[in-house]
Amino acid sequence: MLATLSVGLMVADHKQHYLDVVRSTLSIFLYPLEYAVDLPFSAGSWVGENMSSRETLLENNALLKTKNEFLQAQMQKYVSLELENLRLRELLEASKRVPDRVLAAELFALDFDPFSHKVLINKGQRHEVYLGQPVIDAYGVFGQTVAITPLTTSVMLITDPNHALPVQFNRTGLRSIATGTGSLGSLDLQYIPNNADIREGDLVVTSGLGGIYPKGYPVAKITRFEQDPTQPYARVQAEPLAQLDRSREVLLVWTQSSIDEDVAP
Amino acid sequence: MIHRQSHIGIITLTFIAAFALSLIPLPHWAGSFRPAFVLMVLVYWCIALPNSVNISVGWIVGFITDIMVGTLLGQHALAFAIVAFLAVKLHQQIRVYPLWQQALSVFTLVALAQLLVVWVLGIIGQSPNSWLYWMPSFTSALIWPWTYMLMRDLQRKFGVT
Repeated sequence: MLATLSVGLMVADHKQHYLDVVRSTLSIFLYPLEYAVDLPFSAGSWVGENMSSRETLLENNALLKTKNEFLQAQMQKYVSLELENLRLRELLEASKRVPDRVLAAELFALDFDPFSHKVLINKGQRHEVYLGQPVIDAYGVFGQTVAITPLTTSVMLITDPNHALPVQFNRTGLRSIATGTGSLGSLDLQYIPNNADIREGDLVVTSGLGGIYPKGYPVAKITRFEQDPTQPYARVQAEPLAQLDRSREVLLVWTQSSIDEDVAP
Repeated sequence: MIHRQSHIGIITLTFIAAFALSLIPLPHWAGSFRPAFVLMVLVYWCIALPNSVNISVGWIVGFITDIMVGTLLGQHALAFAIVAFLAVKLHQQIRVYPLWQQALSVFTLVALAQLLVVWVLGIIGQSPNSWLYWMPSFTSALIWPWTYMLMRDLQRKFGVT
């Protein structure tokens, strides 16, 4: 009897999305457990921060100040470039690109399944997170949201074997698809012809074609480019720029199109 | 009646501990060697108290696992229910086995659960692409003797019969 029930549930869950409500309601009860397991780790970093001496704090502060100044100097250049870009776009009567809205979230220190790369973050429905929302960290694209509960969201990393991401080479503009390999350190780039102009160290950015990720966020660096005349496509591997196994803070991005959709109906 | 409630409390606590153990972050290389703690606790209680921990408990525990891991609802529930069924069915034999032979039975049970899960994953096209997937069966069997002794001591200390 239970077996039939399980099979029925599986089919219902796979084909339709009736059970999403059940799942997200029930996972609220798991929140205390998840919070408890994460507690020692966040407490550890909290204690570490509070116990650090005055000198280290001052040192850190000075370091951050210089870094901030440096970034602001870079930003000035960026602002003028953006304005110029806007003017040029107006001249061409192209659509304006509006900056995306972001929200910082923190990762729970939890492991689910070593073969699907998923993490849990501490923002959920209450913070207007939506399904398929892009997540980035300070260095590059991190992943997208796959399941949302009121307080937490699970994020599929770009290295998950079931994840594919439309990308573009920053230097040449060549388009490709970056698929996860199941190892945190590498992505496969698909459908790249053997005669493509690719060098090791080339930057790959999102192309914005899939409709999920906004255009132009850095994704990965090419680490290997192998031409094999007997195969229709070249073998290209890249290393993700996002610190998938080290980042504790990530950013949820609301793209302009998703905001428009919210307004339209 | 109070006596019985405290049993449920202890059994629930061991399951919560097992769930916590299966969530604690490990270094990346060690992730696939993590034993199936929840399944081991389930098998222990099925052998020790086949009258109170049975197929439906297995199903519920599996269902919670499904929600926690984010797999299809019912996937682990089915696997765990079948393992619980076998463990209850064979509890009289497994109980009198020496520890190493028990470990072999646990290996078989965990491997069976993994097989059921991997079938479903295969059907929906998400099968794991590494042989390391099967490591939990081995590591579970390896640490079974210690789990068994720990659980037995717990059971005796709190008089759960």
